[in-house]
Amino acid sequence: MNKFKNKIAAFLFLLPCLIFLFIFVFIPLFKNFYNSFFEYSVFSTTKDFVGLDNFKLLLTDKTIKVALLNNIRYAIISVIFQVGLGLVLAAVLEHQFFRKLAPFFRVTFFMPVMISISVIALLFGFIYNPQIGILNSFLELVGLETLSKAWLGNSSTAIYAVIAMSQWQSVGYIMMLFIVAIQRISKELYEAAEIDGASKIKQFFYITVPQVKETLFINILLTITGSMLVFNEPYILTNGGPGVSSMTMAVYMYQSGFFKDRMGYASTIAITIFIITAILAIIQIRISHTGKD
Amino acid sequence: MMNKRIRKQKNRMTLGNLVVSIVLCIGSIIILYPLLWMVISSMKSYDEIYNNVWGLPSKWLIENYKTAWSIGISNYFMNSVIVTIITVLSVLIIASMAAFALSRYRSRFIDIALVVIMSGMMINPQVALIPLFDILTKLGLINTRLALILPYIAFRLPLSILLLRSYFLSIPREIQESAIIDGCSEFGIYRRIYLPMSKPILMTTIVLTSFYAWNEFLFATIFIDSDILRTIPSGLMNFRDALRTDWGVLLSGMVIATIPMIILLIFIQKHLVRGLSEGSVKG
Repeated sequence: MNKFKNKIAAFLFLLPCLIFLFIFVFIPLFKNFYNSFFEYSVFSTTKDFVGLDNFKLLLTDKTIKVALLNNIRYAIISVIFQVGLGLVLAAVLEHQFFRKLAPFFRVTFFMPVMISISVIALLFGFIYNPQIGILNSFLELVGLETLSKAWLGNSSTAIYAVIAMSQWQSVGYIMMLFIVAIQRISKELYEAAEIDGASKIKQFFYITVPQVKETLFINILLTITGSMLVFNEPYILTNGGPGVSSMTMAVYMYQSGFFKDRMGYASTIAITIFIITAILAIIQIRISHTGKD
Repeated sequence: MMNKRIRKQKNRMTLGNLVVSIVLCIGSIIILYPLLWMVISSMKSYDEIYNNVWGLPSKWLIENYKTAWSIGISNYFMNSVIVTIITVLSVLIIASMAAFALSRYRSRFIDIALVVIMSGMMINPQVALIPLFDILTKLGLINTRLALILPYIAFRLPLSILLLRSYFLSIPREIQESAIIDGCSEFGIYRRIYLPMSKPILMTTIVLTSFYAWNEFLFATIFIDSDILRTIPSGLMNFRDALRTDWGVLLSGMVIATIPMIILLIFIQKHLVRGLSEGSVKG
């Protein structure tokens, strides 16, 4: 009797959560798969079955290649700057010498993480502005005005300008994750290394890096996943332009669905994004489990 | 020989420390200057923003803030507050109930539920965007506050549940057993024992959820059409389009949007750091 009562209780406690997840998370995922075999517009009531046409189109679409390449650029640069620089920053700030100043730097570097992406992107719209932007003004100030350009209006620099903004915003986030990991390292390891006369750089490579290995892998995966999903930054700053030069997959999905009225094709792009991120997520779950055993 | 090398290295490191300090300061300037520029320029006139990029305003136009507040930001701000509060409360209740069941009971159903909830973390808002738009349209919720609140709750549940569950698992069994003997119901155990004993992790959940709901952009832009219902992140985009060249007012709006999160950062650093680390490792 008691067991039966507990089963009902467990079910009731979980019910609201499962309803939410099914309606707003799982059904959308499955509907994506279903919709990708159809073509329809945003407000149409009927869908036309098109079979695998959307998937065929995906393979020949030039824009999706540009978008995927931009996502990969995003990932590579973010791994170098956010994970690489974030780790170095965390190691430096956790070092004895900077103990007094560390809280200031921690809050400073973390501050952009807390600010809404629309504020950041609007701010960088000003920074990159060719007439009034502080970036070009700064280049002029230090005598490098030959380098100044319309950063967002130029198809060869637009995506990099967008990526640069993300680095500015997110390096503090990854830094903070590393700080937490470094704080768990036993201080004795460093003391022993100190006695053996290991330099700070050696201590970093032979103690800090191996000890935060799991966090390092997970941060790399988090960063790559985030780069594959990136939408807000290019959407606000460039809307994928000029042309399609700063398009990412998520922005292309949005434009295909809501502007070109091709919801079926947009669903196909969504599936592509899902498959990439799901693979990354599975690797991540694997890693965080092996670390605990 | 060996000793000399060590000493030499230590001396070199103090020079190294100086270099690192300088680099850190330059880094801070790169982070802080644009934010400072935003605050200073928010009190400039259009002419001054255009012609005097670096300088201080000749006249500090505090009116820009009044204008920004009265022509829309107050409205966006209130919407953000409403959406954030309802989302946070709902996530707290629904997630803690689910986490309670997952940590207290053992059965096949519980195992399956845990896998379902964890796999929910693999699905991102971007992937769900288009079908969600269909579903919300069919439910007649598009362009209402619920079009934001309901998906926000759903997408915050998996992470919040995993955070809460790992904390709940550490609550001693003996306290629960003695409560049952005293005639406490299952719901009583949840409300009188689990919730009061988990204040720190509930706090972390509040912080992470409010941070998410306050700053969310994608759904806020696409599921809300009418200007009266917009939250701050999407409202600011409207602001930009409506104001054109009234940059001082736009910048004031941006500053107003930022202030609550900076205050949150200063007061609750500790909860935030824990939440971020737990969340990512478990994610």
